[in-house]
Amino acid sequence: MPLDLLLILLIPVLPLMAFAIQAFWGRRLPRGGDWVPLAAISISFLLSLRYFILAFSAYDPAWRLELDSWVWLDLSVAKIAVGVLLDNITAVMLMVVTVVSGLVHLYSVGYMHGDPRYSRFFGFLAIFSFSMLGLVLVDNFLLLYVFWELVGLSSYLLIGFWYERPSAAAACKKAFLVNRVGDLGFFVGIMIVFWKVGAFDYASVYDGVASGRLGGGLLTAAGLCLFCGAVGKSAQFPLHVWLPDAMEGPTPVSALIHAATMVAAGVYMVTRMFPILTPDALVVIAYIGAITAILGATIAVAQYDIKRVLAYSTISQLGYMIMGLGVGAYVAGFFHLMTHAAFKACLFLGSGSVIHAVEHAFHKTKNDLDPQDMRNMGGLRAKMPLTFWTFLIATVALAGVPLTSGFLSKDAILAGALGFGGFSRPVHFLLPLIGFAAAGLTAFYMFRLIFLTFYGEPREKSLVENAHESPGVMTVPLVVLAALSFWIFYAWNPLGGEGWFHHLVRAPDVGLQAAGGATSPVGAGAEVYAAGSGGDASHAAHYPAMVLSLLVAGAGIYTAYRKYYNRRDEMIALEASSLQSGGLFRTLNRKWYFDELYDASFVRAVMVGRTVLDWFDARVVDGLVNLSATLTRGISFIDRLFDEWVVDGLVNAVAGVIRWAGGGLRRIQTGRLQTYVVLVMGGILALMVIRLMVA
Amino acid sequence: MIALEHYLVVAAILFCLGILAVATRRNAISILMGVELILNAANLNLVAFARFTDSGFGGQVFAVFVIVLAAAEAAVALAIVLNIYRNYQMVNIDRLDSLSG
Repeated sequence: MPLDLLLILLIPVLPLMAFAIQAFWGRRLPRGGDWVPLAAISISFLLSLRYFILAFSAYDPAWRLELDSWVWLDLSVAKIAVGVLLDNITAVMLMVVTVVSGLVHLYSVGYMHGDPRYSRFFGFLAIFSFSMLGLVLVDNFLLLYVFWELVGLSSYLLIGFWYERPSAAAACKKAFLVNRVGDLGFFVGIMIVFWKVGAFDYASVYDGVASGRLGGGLLTAAGLCLFCGAVGKSAQFPLHVWLPDAMEGPTPVSALIHAATMVAAGVYMVTRMFPILTPDALVVIAYIGAITAILGATIAVAQYDIKRVLAYSTISQLGYMIMGLGVGAYVAGFFHLMTHAAFKACLFLGSGSVIHAVEHAFHKTKNDLDPQDMRNMGGLRAKMPLTFWTFLIATVALAGVPLTSGFLSKDAILAGALGFGGFSRPVHFLLPLIGFAAAGLTAFYMFRLIFLTFYGEPREKSLVENAHESPGVMTVPLVVLAALSFWIFYAWNPLGGEGWFHHLVRAPDVGLQAAGGATSPVGAGAEVYAAGSGGDASHAAHYPAMVLSLLVAGAGIYTAYRKYYNRRDEMIALEASSLQSGGLFRTLNRKWYFDELYDASFVRAVMVGRTVLDWFDARVVDGLVNLSATLTRGISFIDRLFDEWVVDGLVNAVAGVIRWAGGGLRRIQTGRLQTYVVLVMGGILALMVIRLMVA
Repeated sequence: MIALEHYLVVAAILFCLGILAVATRRNAISILMGVELILNAANLNLVAFARFTDSGFGGQVFAVFVIVLAAAEAAVALAIVLNIYRNYQMVNIDRLDSLSG
């Protein structure tokens, strides 16, 4: 095995080994064995760094490491090969996953300190890292699906980590089941592709589509089915409902899985299948993304749980990425995945730091207020300076203010959307509109969160005295991630210059889409998608988009400042009264009633189906079973009669004959010697008489 | 002239009387006496056959052996009877049924 392949395989396998060690010996190791996964992910990070540097020094968009693949399954009709794909996209994803995962491991050492299942938590983190690294490394859809499910499983385990809480137990079930809905579509998509192309690996699938073996409406259907998987995993409308509930998991988990990496898996998957998506499919994807973006942003405005605000913000940002991919701003969408991973992980870890402090303060004063409710916070700025400043930097990045990474990526997506919907295809004018609206809302709700949490006076005055900054293991990851939110790591020009990322990651070849898109009536024309983020329309849209996005972000921040800065109590009271009276605020607070809608439709439908099946089970299935039981009883009754009368009868008859004969013969056996003497003599006489008669 | 038949008839009568005594008497001593009669009937036959055929002295020798054997048998049997009497104060074999089930 060549050294490269071995080293690349080690990247996911090390965390897997760490998981095994944690599972079997974790509790007996010193410090709960937390250093085992930490060491494993650190080595994985160094190995990933090696390959990232390799990719970076090549500085070639077409760079990829040629590695052997081997046949996993040989079904006479097709050989299923498995292998490792290492190109620029994978290298970037490896960095994102190992950096965020490593920092979250470190952070958890402080955050989970004293938890009774401390070592199990690190084992779960390790198996998640394994699944996620495997997911980005494989070179075919089948193994992608396998790791996809593994990631779902680890997410399930981690959401339900505090399974004593009924809400956590329900949340992990919900996450798993909702994801299953999307995964079903994903699987159907894989099967359509395999049916027509006869292969799973990306390269063969692209070739199959390019050569026209899979095209037209079926290709659109396959693309949309595959996209269903991304809808589930990346929490897109209409399967977004699981992500906010997933905040029941420990906060590091929310940062790692439900903000930075796993939910980005859907976006990663769309970038991988981008070459086979038809324009029709892309339009659908763009609208799904846009709906998700505005939906998440509006709901986030009216939430009080600090983690839920961030969760809806994540949904909204994932919608942005998907919309970016959908409008053909391929590079921008994927770029946003990377920048978002850093500052959203920072925000989640920061919120964890806040919750940690508030929880301890409440614990000290024997207060049973909800430590995650922003209404119970306030004024934490002075006591937690590191948390506050890192949180502020990440918030600014999320709001899309210049000099941050978020500005670069979000601006590029908005430029793509504007170029697509505003310039080349005005019929889709809603897409940029929604994009800018969501951008303004993002700035607004994030600063609402800042003002509610860190400014003003808390409800309990003692909170400020008792709160304290988190330990070093928790603040170091915050600082690192906040630093990564600056523009300098991604491009020299803070106002949307194209950096190394845009050079290394290029929108895929368009020739593929022409095969499927030529006949499409709705399609925007392959050339628009071909342009990607570097296209003419997008270029023309670049400066208007920048100005507009700055305006809406500024407006959002200003509105939040006017409404919430130093008017904390007033606004909380105002919001409470609008919650009472109903209307838009309450609708947003109740998340557009999606949970209620799903309860009333799907859950209810399932319950009706359950009743029908229950009846079927009780009547038909049980009836059949009971019928066969009755028949068996009838047959065995006849059998019993035969046994009792014929078989036993024969045996008894033999015994009866013997008893009768014995009864007769026992009279001779008197026990009196004299009788025997007489009998012997009589016998001899009889023999003699017979002898004489015969003679 | 006394021929072989006479001897045989006397022996047969003796034998029948012995059997009759063994089969009918209740007293153990009487039964033993019957057994003696049977043995002596057999002795009489042996001696008679030896006298009237040319088989040498085998019959007489056999008879002597039987007499010795009868003496031994009588000694053992009388000892048993004596013990029975000691234990039960009677020798009526009809009532000696302790071993019957």
